[in-house]
Parts: sequence; structure tokens; C-alpha cells
Amino acid sequence: MVKNAKGVSRIIAQLLIPALMLVPLAGCGGGSGTDANAEVKLQGAGATFPNPLYQKWFSEYNKITPNAKFDYQSIGSGGGIKQITAKTVDFGGSDAPLKDEELKAAPAELLHIPTVLGAVVVTYNLPSVSAELKFTPEAIAGIYLGKITKWNDPAISGANPGVSLPDGQITVVHRSDGSGTSYVWTDFLSKVSPEWKDKVGTGVSLNWPVGVGAKGNEGVTGQVKQTPNSIGYVELIYADQNKLPYATVKNSAGEFVKPSLDSVTAAAAGAANNMPDDLRVSITNAPGKDAYPISSFTYFLVYKEQQDQAKGKALVNFLWWSIHSGEQMAKGLLYAPLPPEVVTKAEQKIKSITYQGKPLYTS
Amino acid sequence: MESNLAGAAVESPGPVNPNQPSPSAARVLRKRSARPRLGDPLFKGATGLFAVMIAGLAAFIMVSMAIGSRLAFEKFGLSFLLKSIWDPVKGEFGALPFIYGTVASSLLALLIAVPLSLGVAIFLVEKAPRKLSEPILFVVQLLAAIPSVVYGLWGVFVLAPLLRESVYPKLQAILGFTPLFSGHQNGLGLLSAGLILSIMVLPIITAVTTDVLRAVPNTQREASLALGATKWEATVIVLQNAKSGISGAIILGLGRAIGETMAVTMIIGNRPQISASLFDPSYTIASSIANEFTEATSEIHLQSLVALGLILFIVTFIINMLARLLVWGVTRGEGRGAHV
Repeated sequence: MVKNAKGVSRIIAQLLIPALMLVPLAGCGGGSGTDANAEVKLQGAGATFPNPLYQKWFSEYNKITPNAKFDYQSIGSGGGIKQITAKTVDFGGSDAPLKDEELKAAPAELLHIPTVLGAVVVTYNLPSVSAELKFTPEAIAGIYLGKITKWNDPAISGANPGVSLPDGQITVVHRSDGSGTSYVWTDFLSKVSPEWKDKVGTGVSLNWPVGVGAKGNEGVTGQVKQTPNSIGYVELIYADQNKLPYATVKNSAGEFVKPSLDSVTAAAAGAANNMPDDLRVSITNAPGKDAYPISSFTYFLVYKEQQDQAKGKALVNFLWWSIHSGEQMAKGLLYAPLPPEVVTKAEQKIKSITYQGKPLYTS
Repeated sequence: MESNLAGAAVESPGPVNPNQPSPSAARVLRKRSARPRLGDPLFKGATGLFAVMIAGLAAFIMVSMAIGSRLAFEKFGLSFLLKSIWDPVKGEFGALPFIYGTVASSLLALLIAVPLSLGVAIFLVEKAPRKLSEPILFVVQLLAAIPSVVYGLWGVFVLAPLLRESVYPKLQAILGFTPLFSGHQNGLGLLSAGLILSIMVLPIITAVTTDVLRAVPNTQREASLALGATKWEATVIVLQNAKSGISGAIILGLGRAIGETMAVTMIIGNRPQISASLFDPSYTIASSIANEFTEATSEIHLQSLVALGLILFIVTFIINMLARLLVWGVTRGEGRGAHV
């Protein structure tokens, strides 16, 4: 009897073990079914800068609308544009508005919905200098073009009388990864320096004339913090939270303006009245004496014609909420809310989102 | 029939034929062959399938990367390998600075790591008592297990400032007249990347070299000592024996250095340029892909990055194949004849 039992279990083991080895292959094809009737899942991806605010928005919105679930991957503005064009996500996020070629490459009409505002600040590491530095746009362009190599160059010291700048070589730090922050930065430089515009241009990834590349806002901050006599550009929130010194920059009205929530909002207000219909606007070097010149909107990218009614409805409801209630959470996280004129224009855009030709948003 | 000591009748076992199973063994084998043997072919089939899948995966990766970089090679042709520009805005790409950076940083790493590794391995195998060599080997292998990102962080926050404040100024004072050590230094750059890479490849080269040296049979050492060699000469003979294995170890280290991404990208400066000074920033293939891949929107940019990846893949493949052949040749079975 014992012998037989041993034999049977041996057969079972001989058959079972190889069969079990093949089981993982069978599990490969499983998809994600949407089985819950009322629950809607929306997928987004894009810019890293507004990510902290977006995450807060999604969690707050989920509290009041529990059946709408949002997921946002902060992979960068370029990634956001790529994913929404490929329709692998329901909405994209980007600091940089799409270029005409990129809009044409999309399979259907894409809308830009502005969400919040941000500033890119000039940060530096000068152990011997405690005063806040002032930079002219020409000085910044000269430094990043490699023409101004020392801190005590007249272009810098001229704007900072009374500050003793060291006779050291400037270590320029820029982004090595493709970034919306770089886009805003180079957009500003292209506007104030024809040589920059010609030689380098505007983009998320560029052929930098000088400098070392660091990955992410964190990388640039770390690099500047570690390296004496270095200069870099980061989002305002980042410099503030890491207690890095940042400079005032001369704007188009000739005033030296410190980057802050108010000066960024001022930059947007100046441009709000002249915004084109598709809301693609650059507010770098904006007019207005209180405007901080290196500011930018950041956008949600959505398709005008939605493919799924339930998802489309959830999306427009969320977008409406974000430009109204959502804006109130912005200041707490150091983002600047949209000026009222821009909110009105964004409302019109949201109302124009349709499903099978009929507007999705019903107030 | 014979009788045993007690007088009972027992079967005579007869002459033993080694080619035939004994009667009792034959009974067991007959029983086993009666049972179904599904397990064996199923097992063989499943494992065979997995083996084929892995080989197929490698081929699939290579083919899909070749397809994904078609546009770059069509547009730039072979000059892609020779051009020195990387301009995403204007759509001009060339791989030369990356190839240079990858090769230069890896060679620098080997230059620093190989003498050290050989020294450690020789010490551990030939000179050190067991009680000392085991813990040291353990620590060396621990170094190999540290993740690349941790090395990168350590490099940026500890090594780079140290080099910038203490080491490089002295280097520049002594050797600053040569183009290799001229120019502005800030702790980042090709030399720093080479240093970090050397720390990362040292454990691999040491571990493999130790195995290879241990595989040299003791008869070699004893014979050379018996013939009158000094201890150092005996060691040299052992090294000559293990020559191809050591080359394999070095090539394995080179393979790791070439593919290293995170540690390098945090310390190399990320600037695609070929310059004479070792203090200047540089760029490797792995770093550039890691930095730019997720945000590359234009098709030509993306395909140029895939082309870079393909170049790296092929180079790593060849290096690893070479290493396997060399190391395997030495460590399997007993050692070869001595080259005295």
C-alpha cells in the first residue's frame, strides 16, 4: 500500500512541477477590465513641475467625486506631449505649449487648458556674497553662451554696485534631461538675445554652448549647492524649499523684479488680454512693471472631441473644478493661481469639449 | 543449491556480470518502466522552451533596436558614428562624443582598477592566511553589490567635493602643464567618472581573478618552488598560467564600466564634447539615453538615441562574449600545462 501511495504521489509530482513552471506564461495576457459601472479611471502624464499640486487636486477631487479616479505620471513635458499625441493617456501635462508641427502631428484637435503659473529663477552659489544679486537679461545670456566667464565681469558687477564679486570662473549648470523648465528658460533667452536665438534656440533638449548638465530640478539644485561659483536655473518652488539664494531679474519695463507669486501673476495678467484663441502663449519677458520676466503657464492637453462619454464627462467636470476650486489650493503649495481673465477664457475652452459633437460640460 | 553455515539452502549468486543488472535491480527497473513517464518529456520541453525564449529575447531586442534606429542611419549614414554634434533643436545628431566618453571613462577606470585588483587578488590567494582572505573577499564582494545610484550619490556629495578641494588642485599643480590636466576643474568630469567606475569594477575583477588564480593547480606552485624559484617568481608563473582568465576578468570589468548609467551621469558633467583635459565634463552613451529618452519628442531625436543604444548593445555583447570564452577556458577542469 505504502509503495503504491509513494508511486502515485511521484507521478503527480512529475506532472505537476513542469506544469507549474508553465503557469506564469499563462498569466501574461491578463488585461484590466473596467467592470465597475459608475467608476471612471482617467490616465494622465506630463510635466514634473506642477505635479505636487496635481496630486493634491486628484486626492481632493476624489473626496467629492469618489467614482472618478485619476492617475498622473510626472515624466516631463516632452513625455506628456508624446503620450497624448499617441493617445496612450487621456490628458497630458506640459509647461511648453505645443508647436504648430506638433499640433498637426496629433490625430485630432488638441486643446490647451492652462492650470497654474510658475517662475524659473536664477540661483547661484557664492559663499562670499550675502547680498541678493541682480541680473540683466544680457548678463544671463552672456553667461549661458559662454562669453561671460568670470563672476567679476562688468556685465554682472555693473548691475550690482557695492557688491564685491569674486574673481572666479563661473561654473554654468543646466538641465541634462529634456525639461519644460529648460523650455521656459530658453524661450526667455531667445527673446532677449538674438545671438542665443540663432545659435541655440528654444526647446526642451538643447545643444548647450557651455556648462555641465544635471538631471532634474533636484540635480541642478544639488550641483549648485555643491559647487562654489556656480549658477543654475530651477523652478521657484524648488529654490525656496531648498533655501537657495535667487536673483532679481530685469524685466522688459526696466525694473529688477524678484520672483514671487505676485510677480508671476502680474506677468500673466499682462499677457491675458492678448492671448490667442488657442491659449498658447508665452509669458516670458511679459510687459508690465511688476512682471517677473521668466514666468510660464503650465497646461493640461486634452482632445476637443472625446471618445468615451463617461470619461469625457468626468474629465470636463474635473477641469472645471480645477480652474475654480482647485486654484484656491495653489498658493498653499507656492503655485500662482490663474488671473480671472485667463479663467474666463479657459472656461470657454472647457465648454467646447464635445462628445459626438455635443458639448460635455453642463453646469 | 548450496548451503550456508546454518545449513539452510540458499541460491548461489553465481558469477557477477557487470553489464547486466542483478536480479533484484532488474525487478525494480521493470516496475519503474511500467509507470507512465510524462514528467520527463514535459520537464525537458518546458526548460527547453525557456532556453529558446531567452535566446530569442536577445535577438528580438537587437532586431527591434535596429528597426527603431533606421531613420537615424538613413539620414546620417555612417557619418553618425563620426560626427561630433548633438543638437535636438536643429535635428543634427552624431555619436562620436558619446562613444569617446564611454570608451575613455571605461579605460580610465580599468587603468586605475586593474593594478589594484590584481594586487588584491594575488594577496588573497597567494599570501594571505585563510582567516584574513575570507573576510576581505566578503567585503570586496559587498562593494559589488552596492547599487549604482548609491555610488552616484556618494560621488556627487562626497567624492566630487573632495576631489575639487584636495586632490585636483594638487594634480593641477604638479601636472598642469600637460593638456590632460589643464583647464578649469570643479570636481565633475571625465576623471571623476573614471574614478567612480574604477571603484565599481574593482570588486568584479578581484573576484574573478581570485577564482582564476585559485583554479591554477597547486602542483604548478609546488613544482616551481621545487625547481628553485623564489616566492615572487612562483607567483609570476601562476599569473602566466592564469593569463587568459585574468584577461577575461578585465574584460568583464570593462563590460560593467561601459554600461554603467546612474553613477556616471551624476558625476560626468553630461556635456557631449571631446576635449583634451581630463577635468572637462564629458558624456557617455548610457547617460545620454537615461537623460533624454523620456522627453525626446521629435522622431529623429528618438531614433538617434535608439541608435546609440544599439551601438552600446553590440559593443557590450561582443565584450561579454569574449570574456566568457576566456574565463570559461581557464576555470573548467584542471589547469593547463605550465608556461615555464
